[in-house]
Amino acid sequence: MIPGAPPPPTAMLNYILRRLGAGLLLLTVVTAVTFWIFYVLPRWAGVTPQGMAAMYVGKAPTPEALEATVERLGLDQPVAVQFVEFIRSILFGQEFTFGRETVECAAPCLGYSFTTNSPVLPQILDRLPVTMSLGLGAAVIWVVGGVSVGVLSAVKKGSIFDRLAMGTALIGVSLPIYFTGLLALSFLVHQWGLFPVSRYVPLTEDPVGWYQVMLLPWITLAFLHAAQYARQTRAGMLETLNEDYIRTARAKGLSERKVIFKHALRPTLTPIVTILGLDIGMVLGGAILTEKVFSLNGVGAYAIDSIVSKDLPVVLGVTLLGAVFIVVCNLIVDLLYPVVDPRVRLAK
Amino acid sequence: MSAPSQVPGSVEEADAADTAVTATEGRGDAANRSLRQIAWQRLRRDKVAMVSGVVVVLLILAALLAPLLTKWFGHPPTQFNQDLIDPSRRIPYLDPENPELGVDRWGGISSDHLLGVEPTTGRDLFSRILYGAQISLLVAFLATLVCVAIGTALGIIAGYMGGWVDTIISRAMDIFLAFPLVLFAIALVGVIPEGVMGLTGNGLRIGVIVFIIGFFNWPYIARIVRGQTLALREREFVEAAKSLGAGNGHILVKEILPNLVTPIIVYSTLLIPTNILFEAALSFLGVGINPPTPSWGKMLSEAVPFYQQAPYFIIFPGMAIFITVLAFNLFGDGLRDAFDPRTSD
Repeated sequence: MIPGAPPPPTAMLNYILRRLGAGLLLLTVVTAVTFWIFYVLPRWAGVTPQGMAAMYVGKAPTPEALEATVERLGLDQPVAVQFVEFIRSILFGQEFTFGRETVECAAPCLGYSFTTNSPVLPQILDRLPVTMSLGLGAAVIWVVGGVSVGVLSAVKKGSIFDRLAMGTALIGVSLPIYFTGLLALSFLVHQWGLFPVSRYVPLTEDPVGWYQVMLLPWITLAFLHAAQYARQTRAGMLETLNEDYIRTARAKGLSERKVIFKHALRPTLTPIVTILGLDIGMVLGGAILTEKVFSLNGVGAYAIDSIVSKDLPVVLGVTLLGAVFIVVCNLIVDLLYPVVDPRVRLAK
Repeated sequence: MSAPSQVPGSVEEADAADTAVTATEGRGDAANRSLRQIAWQRLRRDKVAMVSGVVVVLLILAALLAPLLTKWFGHPPTQFNQDLIDPSRRIPYLDPENPELGVDRWGGISSDHLLGVEPTTGRDLFSRILYGAQISLLVAFLATLVCVAIGTALGIIAGYMGGWVDTIISRAMDIFLAFPLVLFAIALVGVIPEGVMGLTGNGLRIGVIVFIIGFFNWPYIARIVRGQTLALREREFVEAAKSLGAGNGHILVKEILPNLVTPIIVYSTLLIPTNILFEAALSFLGVGINPPTPSWGKMLSEAVPFYQQAPYFIIFPGMAIFITVLAFNLFGDGLRDAFDPRTSD
């Protein structure tokens, strides 16, 4: 194929199908690993089916009740059978019978909490807006901040700005969020009163309140990531700025602004978009630390609270959903790739 | 490798790795110095790297000598000193002899307690931070060791064998890097019972953390090793060994592996701070090291209720994490630059 010629439509379709296939494979593997961690590993570690039942439903009053749970959850079945059940429950839902009562965990059933007596997915989804507000808001700040600082640093390489920015970035990647978050709470909120003390309110109810509450968590979470993005952008820009086509662009008299933003920045963005996909996926699965520090009742906080209350199905559900987010975000990035970098379409 | 499946930093690192191998020869015989000597000279000129290297050594010494240091300058890390604490507000007195003077926002720092004492319990913060270094570094080193073991083995096999073996291992690397690691760690702590492999309490927690990092973070090392091996397997000495009838095992272990030692050390140094942060994060969340064993992350979570009245309790353990991680990061960056042939003298 001639480089630069528009690719035939089949190539594009091929690419999309291949990426979809890869995404599906990733999802299957992550689901299998999650199953393995929750159902197989404990057995290897010597937990009896009764012990497993106790982990999933809490301590039962009688051994008979525990035995009934083992049967109901199929914990005494061979691993392969359990795995098929596990997948089937996710795809088609599941029903649990308690005496005369039957409860349904509708598909996609990511588990049923015996502590709260309800399917876990709706409860997780209830908390998703908090996590989404946090993650997406922070992502906007860290991408815009990180990339622009990176570009400026690369353009003014060696300047005071560059040194300061890269120094700050290095400090940024070495600062854990639970340290900066607590410092921010202690000083910015309580001692200096720069940010209000308030609880989360949904965007739909009170946009201004929502913004005020989320601003500090956003900045804190974004600072950590922005550092990494700035470093990556700067390194990428420095590499592209040395390319021949940049010299050509300058030689043909393009303005420096055009050279940098149209020609140099675009290829630099390719790896950035990759990281962004992974990062957003991870954050949506629960920005656990940030949520804990700022007492935001999000998905991640739900998972960690459920460990304390020994509500294991919730942890399983969050883990699965987290994996789904990572896979989906990766897929979106893969599909965006040809837009960001047209050369991708031509790759085998 | 198709572009969309790249993972952060892979391109840059693989490049650096490739060139590091090829440049060993040219420069070495010209100036009659080995790459290691050149790197050492560069490192000595890099002030930031040297200072952070010294800090790293001091931190390791402090962790190793924690029992001695606390004997000389502090108190046992689990000893309660509740006479120093205002029982109603649970934070240290300004002067324990004169309780009417009130409480101290700075934690009762004195010649007796160099960094003050913890709220509520009055345990000596200096010795708890020292002992915290022990746990932090122990976990980070063990976890890095596991990563290096798995990553080197799989990376070298992928790079040397090529073909479908390489495809499978490379795919696996992409997949492993996409796992929600913290969630897995939380889950493991929930499902692994006490007493597995004779481990209980914090021994078990350390085991779980090391397992999760080692098992899921090996691709970082494997990528580097694979890239290097790809370049090394085309070299003459491998050809020579083959023509002498050496088996694959011999070539991998005796011919290629020794050439990988330097990059493995460099990238391990950069993996250690990540692992320190991971342990601290899990301990902060309450699924890492359990009290009374001191751990920096756990101390920070214990500081949460006091972040208004006693900010020092956030600052000291937080700074301990920050300084340690920064020192390892700076030293690792320095090492990488020193061994990178693209850096000019």
